[in-house]
Amino acid sequence: MKRFDVVEHTADTGIIAYGTDMPEAFANAAYGMFSLMADLRQVREETSRYVEAEAGDRESLVVSWLNELLYIFDVERIIFRRFDVLEITNTRLKADAYGEKVDPSRHKLRGGVKAATYHTLKVAERRERYSIRVIFDA
Amino acid sequence: MARWEGPLKKIDDYRWEIPREYRPGMRVPGLIYASEDMLDSIREEQAAEQVVNVAFLPGIVGHSLAMPDIHWGYGFPIGGVAATRVEDGVVSPGGVGYDINCGVRLLRTNLREDEVRPKMEELLSLLFTNVPSGLGSTGKIKVGKKEMDDILTEGARWAVKRGFGTEDDLEVTEERGCLKGADPDEVSVKAKERGSPQSGTLGSGNHFLEVQVVGEIYDQPAARAMGVDDVGQVLLLIHTGSRGLGHQVCDDYIRTLREAMQRHAIEVPDRELACAPVKSAEGRSYLAAMACAANYAWANRQCITHWSRECFVRVFGHSLREIGLEVVYDVAHNIAKIESYEVDGKKLSLCVHRKGATRAFPARHPSLPDRYKEVGQPVLIPGDMGRYSFVAVGTDRAVKESFGSVCHGAGRRMSRHAAKRGVRDADVARDLAAKGIIAKAASRGGLAEEASEAYKDVAEVVEVCHQAGLCRKVLKAYPLGVVKG
Repeated sequence: MKRFDVVEHTADTGIIAYGTDMPEAFANAAYGMFSLMADLRQVREETSRYVEAEAGDRESLVVSWLNELLYIFDVERIIFRRFDVLEITNTRLKADAYGEKVDPSRHKLRGGVKAATYHTLKVAERRERYSIRVIFDA
Repeated sequence: MARWEGPLKKIDDYRWEIPREYRPGMRVPGLIYASEDMLDSIREEQAAEQVVNVAFLPGIVGHSLAMPDIHWGYGFPIGGVAATRVEDGVVSPGGVGYDINCGVRLLRTNLREDEVRPKMEELLSLLFTNVPSGLGSTGKIKVGKKEMDDILTEGARWAVKRGFGTEDDLEVTEERGCLKGADPDEVSVKAKERGSPQSGTLGSGNHFLEVQVVGEIYDQPAARAMGVDDVGQVLLLIHTGSRGLGHQVCDDYIRTLREAMQRHAIEVPDRELACAPVKSAEGRSYLAAMACAANYAWANRQCITHWSRECFVRVFGHSLREIGLEVVYDVAHNIAKIESYEVDGKKLSLCVHRKGATRAFPARHPSLPDRYKEVGQPVLIPGDMGRYSFVAVGTDRAVKESFGSVCHGAGRRMSRHAAKRGVRDADVARDLAAKGIIAKAASRGGLAEEASEAYKDVAEVVEVCHQAGLCRKVLKAYPLGVVKG
């Protein structure tokens, strides 16, 4: 199954991530976001971080989760390529994220993502297929 | 995306009103500055509906405004301006944006185009290595916890104290590079952690350093006040903001204010318009944190100014005094400020949100440095890297009509993704080279997504503001070399 599609937005870029369940859709949303930042095929799984996110509802949880990962990227310069969502409810998420420190000589870095936004944010569920639409300020 | 089919009532050739009756709940009408030719492309997206949404904000006065570089943003459109009463109105992080105090700084030199062109490659390479840029780039300065608080409180002055630039630079920076009311305690630890390694970095995306040459002068006295005497003179333009620190502050406070809205019983039509009364604890906290991020951005542009000067000195082998490279002006184009305006014959203290809009104060305005008292505040309006940029000055009409605000740039026409489709960096670099422009980018796709085609023509945008009387054109400059983040 396709993990995500890129969606158009004049100023910035967004994605629609897919999954057969919530954990998979959230993992693919993170994968899609980092795909906008680098070619993830060149990123190795050398380190991992345990991530927790919390929010008032399912949509906001997407923003919290992705922005938490961007925070780790800025502070530790780790680019993630695999996400294991361990536990998820509508308001809480626990996950392990795997990746490695940025190495500009080896990683083909693309543009940055400043933040995941609430703009036209949507988590939808249809016939056991989940989709997450999120737009980034880039 | 659906076309916007709402009403645009013609006021004159450059003003289009969205009447209050368009949607129940609008507290003021909307007003878009545009030429008739621009309306079609403005209607192609929902940015005008965002102008309408902003008109719902409690305490908004005058009009919910949009400049001709309007395009779809988050909450507010980019190019949006809204003033709310401090007394009983709200402040919204959506009216500032994620990149708090994203802005531009212009420097002038004594160098001429013919001296600079042959050394362009060398200059760009040195700028590229001396000014950290690109995704995940880290700064050359190590900033501890205490020092971070100093940056957040003192802004550009912190940098000057550390030997990056001089007092003169502050004189010609909006707010002297230090917005008052900054309180580092209102900035989360996370935001500071994100800001710490990125101090003094250009960043990625649309941020850049551009070496330019003056191509046309429209207003000699104003140009002279800015240290520009003649066509052919070389300039340097710096465009960057508050990096991850600003993004985190925005994200933190959208969350806080969304919760606060329920307590204050405020309803808005879009989640990204989360807001709180200016005078509430939450509103005050946001403004104090936003001021910190704004100061961080000014410190950032100040550091980059210093390193750019080092590069020029090395490449041209003259002293800095001979080269010039003095700051013309530095403006914020993503910010909220408390300013006073006369509304319906009454002097009011207002919270002016400028989201992709530039402050444009007229001659004799008390907050201008002596140098610009006679001509007005320089307004810096960069275009895309393949065409040209403008410098203008503010007018009395801007104060009367747009809360001293004007456009900030060309405005995107195409998404980054669309711009990149089928276009390679190498193609863009070749096209630029054919025009005599050398470009270097830190990120892959960095040139393609910023190609000229992705932007509106800034000349049309500036012309609308000039004709509408919000600013007066001073000069036009062409790019010679660009470093993209």
